[in-house]
Amino acid sequence: MPLKTLWHRMGSPRWMYQMSGSWVWVLGVMATVLLIVGSLWGLAFAPADYQQGNSFRIIYIHVPTAIVSQSTYMLLGAAGLVLLVWRMKVADMVLATAVPFGMSMTALALFTGAVWGKPTWGTWWVWDARTTSMLVLLFLYFGLYALRQAIPRQETAGRACAVLALVGVINIPIIKYSVDWWLTLHQPATFKLTEAPAMPPEMWLPLAVNVLGIYCLLGAVLLAALRLEILRRERDTQWVRELVAAR
Amino acid sequence: MSVAGVFVGQLRREFKLLLQSREELANPLIFLFLALTLFALGGGGSPEMLRDFAPAIIWVLVLLANLLALEGLFRRDYDDGSLEMLVLMAEPLFLPVLAKILAHWIYSGLAMTVLAPLAALILFLPAEVLPTLLLTLLVGTPALSLIGAIGAALTVSLRRGGVLLALLVLPLYVPVLIFGAGAVVEAMAGIENMAQIYWLLVITMVALTIAPFLVSAALKISLEQ
Repeated sequence: MPLKTLWHRMGSPRWMYQMSGSWVWVLGVMATVLLIVGSLWGLAFAPADYQQGNSFRIIYIHVPTAIVSQSTYMLLGAAGLVLLVWRMKVADMVLATAVPFGMSMTALALFTGAVWGKPTWGTWWVWDARTTSMLVLLFLYFGLYALRQAIPRQETAGRACAVLALVGVINIPIIKYSVDWWLTLHQPATFKLTEAPAMPPEMWLPLAVNVLGIYCLLGAVLLAALRLEILRRERDTQWVRELVAAR
Repeated sequence: MSVAGVFVGQLRREFKLLLQSREELANPLIFLFLALTLFALGGGGSPEMLRDFAPAIIWVLVLLANLLALEGLFRRDYDDGSLEMLVLMAEPLFLPVLAKILAHWIYSGLAMTVLAPLAALILFLPAEVLPTLLLTLLVGTPALSLIGAIGAALTVSLRRGGVLLALLVLPLYVPVLIFGAGAVVEAMAGIENMAQIYWLLVITMVALTIAPFLVSAALKISLEQ
């Protein structure tokens, strides 16, 4: 299918609903298999770190959640741009459904980071560059969530969130740079992770599997939530009525 | 009307309205000094401790006082309907928006910069870092007004938008706080700090380039309902 036609079709909630039915299953199964394989491999079979022992194994949860939480915010920014420029209904639904997923992944990354920090750094929390920018990211997610809750009219809420997501995406590199800068001035190398030599493949392969798995999870969760949202918002249309009547 | 005419006309209107409600202008500034006093009281009044924390305290309270002033940026115009008139009539909209933000900066950021020596005195900030503090406030506070205006425009139609505005805007203020307070801390330690000041300028310039358009878009969205 030509790309332009695909782009136009994606704007149609009905087409999205019909297409996403099988994709939810494909992505869901892939996510389950990959996450189980990656976690078991990483937790039980990968070799222990020569300095951190077994405590490093939380990396197999921590790194995927941290990566996917940042990608989700980028996705929100992209959806916001599409909504403002092309007024695509589906983009608004993505903007609404991806926020809780990103928020929980950010919270999980912060939590696993704290759990990892206790044995490694000897403390639950440090004002390290990465932890701090993740914390700011969590607040950015809270803001998006709160703004949508506060505006009663759905269409207005969606476009307001789109503006906010765009501002956030522009700001994230600046926040990241400023926090890095702040760290290098105040905490030179004290709280750096004990740097092991470059990871051997038997250590990073399970990590790669889990990263892939969590992206599949993002796709599956997002599509499943999107399908519910489509049904909810289009409940008065003919095709949704026919669909429900057929069940 | 010419482009400059639109801008100057809006600016003149803002000042006329602001002068009619002087107490509203003074409230954020009074809040700033009230909160400074509370910090000194809570910290036990020890000069060494206050001096060490002075850059952070002053910058954080400037952020908060700025936020308090932001709530009123579009509120009154929204309530009496003149904001709707403006959005419908003005072409391009970003010019009067920029004039409103400039007026807001003059009575919040600029006024706080002018009063900063007094804050520095209360918190025992060494006199030789005062020029740095003033410079960071002068180049950093415009960014606060510009970024904050986006949040104010998004929440203007909400009855109780105050706390929400803080939640939306404060995370975006993080870089300004880091570079602003950081430059003053560096000056106290006697380290070269021009890099932070250049970064504040960068943030202000980027905000000046993008914010007026986003504020215009946000105002149109808020007035849809």
